[in-house]
Amino acid sequence: MTIKTLERQDIVDFLYTEAKILDEWRLMDWAALFTDDGTYIVPPIGEPEAIPTKSLFYIHDNRSRLQERAERLLKKEAHVEYPHSTTTRNYHNILVGDIESDVISVDCNFTTHRTKREVVDTFIGKIKYELVRENDRLAIQRKKVVLNLDSLRPHGKISLIL
Amino acid sequence: MERIIQDNLEKSEFLVNRRVFTDKEILARERAEIFNKCWLFIGHETEIPEAGDYKRKKVGGRNLLFVHSQDGEIRALFNTCPHRGALVCREDSGNSRVFRCFYHAWSFKNDGELVGMPGKDGFPEGFNDEGTKNMKAVNRLESYRGFMFVNFDDNAISLDEYLGNAKEYIDLVVDQSEYGMEALGGVQQYSVRANWKLLAENSVDLYHGMPTHKTYFDIKQAQDPNLKRVKLEGKGINLGNGHSVIEYVAPWGRPVAQWTPIWDEEFKNDMEKMKTRLAERFGEDRADRIANYNRNIVIFPNLVINDIMAVTARTFYPSSPGYMEVQGYSLAPKGESDKHRLARNNNFLEFLGPGGFATPDDNEALELCQEAYNNNSEVEWNDISKGMVRGEGNALATDELQMRSFWRHYNSIIQESLNKEVAHR
Ligand code: FES
Ligand SMILES: [Fe+2]
Repeated sequence: MTIKTLERQDIVDFLYTEAKILDEWRLMDWAALFTDDGTYIVPPIGEPEAIPTKSLFYIHDNRSRLQERAERLLKKEAHVEYPHSTTTRNYHNILVGDIESDVISVDCNFTTHRTKREVVDTFIGKIKYELVRENDRLAIQRKKVVLNLDSLRPHGKISLIL
Repeated sequence: MERIIQDNLEKSEFLVNRRVFTDKEILARERAEIFNKCWLFIGHETEIPEAGDYKRKKVGGRNLLFVHSQDGEIRALFNTCPHRGALVCREDSGNSRVFRCFYHAWSFKNDGELVGMPGKDGFPEGFNDEGTKNMKAVNRLESYRGFMFVNFDDNAISLDEYLGNAKEYIDLVVDQSEYGMEALGGVQQYSVRANWKLLAENSVDLYHGMPTHKTYFDIKQAQDPNLKRVKLEGKGINLGNGHSVIEYVAPWGRPVAQWTPIWDEEFKNDMEKMKTRLAERFGEDRADRIANYNRNIVIFPNLVINDIMAVTARTFYPSSPGYMEVQGYSLAPKGESDKHRLARNNNFLEFLGPGGFATPDDNEALELCQEAYNNNSEVEWNDISKGMVRGEGNALATDELQMRSFWRHYNSIIQESLNKEVAHR
């Protein structure tokens, strides 16, 4: 892909590729999709614009912590995901912002199904990406996952990367 | 059912019958004898600071409205209309002088008093003279240093007496702030597919720390090589009334006054100042205890206050023997700087939250226990004997005295209830 001719479909493919990488548990590859100052956050339910000094986030990772998250989840001692659960991620309603701008914002809906020990949990919500061109590739500068749930019940935890 | 526990001091063996985690009749007795009679945490007073502020709460299976009424009182109203029963307030939180039931539009002041009914001419003069048409308030609502509790038993002992020796430890948590503690937004509501008592146990179980949370300690050790030298050393203490605590050396940064290398030099300065200030207020020993020791406190039956790398209060209620609903609050010193608050919140969500590097593994451990209780018919007993040989008073934080305290109290309530029933038959 040459960046000059970046098209909407390239953005969509990039998102689908991210989902595939996560479903295949290639978590280090996932971390590598982020810029050096990339962030991954999940704000509290019902407070998508929450401020991290006033409200408690589920996840508020800078680049190094999202890397630690990926590394941890690949260890056998990350008991909650050992053996790994099986996941299916779907992205829908993808809206790509101005493709010419330096930071391309993309909004989409997502459903992530997780099955483990014969129980299926489904996470639903919206993801807001801010993507940048970096060395001839796309990279994630910011990924914000807004859960459209009433609570983390019955899921009980966010042990996956959403 | 045979005995709930086997408490064999001679053999230094303590066993819990696994049926208490799966039996529906046991759950019914817990509702009647524990959740209907014990003091239950409803929330922190700072959640509703202004007149008119309210939050919906589920406590002990009831739907309550935790409300700061216009007269300045904090109340817990049963969220049900005296007319035909509908839930009066449908918002989870907000600020309002009145609550209006949408069904037939009766309206109530935020102290519960009925102030409006459409078609008043259909009702006699003085219809509400006895106040029976007001929203009913929980009779017993008491507070200790900002922590508010309800009790559905009008004859219950006072909260103060109930908390007893546990107050000393709540004080150590609250005293870390000169201006009081406040509850943050973003209360975490999650669940565990396991019996509620397993979380009470887990909360004062330091024995599981290393094996269950190795990945967290890996990360902490990479940040601070000196951490390896800190062991999880401390004591397990029975506080009476089923309450218990573990108090142990903190192997991580505590935003009270214990610095860690991921924080910068300016932070180190701040921490030293905070420690000095604590020593001025309380003397060196107590300052050291407040800043450099962790406390995991269980207030029987279902409030856990963890003062560890951040402060959390959690409650958990069973909806069935194998499923509990958890609510997790974060508490922080009022007036904390943004920089410190962010470090505190980072600490919290990294370990304590459902998206963290530790709590999900606890959740998994509890679910695995619950799943394996399918074997209860043949494999009947849990073992909670660790440290019994040392004798009460010498228990380490990694021993199991604190769980035995919970179970002995639990047993005194539930076994008595089971005996009563036999007598009636
Ligand atoms: S049920 Fe509330 S007004 Fe009728
Ligand atoms: Fe744990």
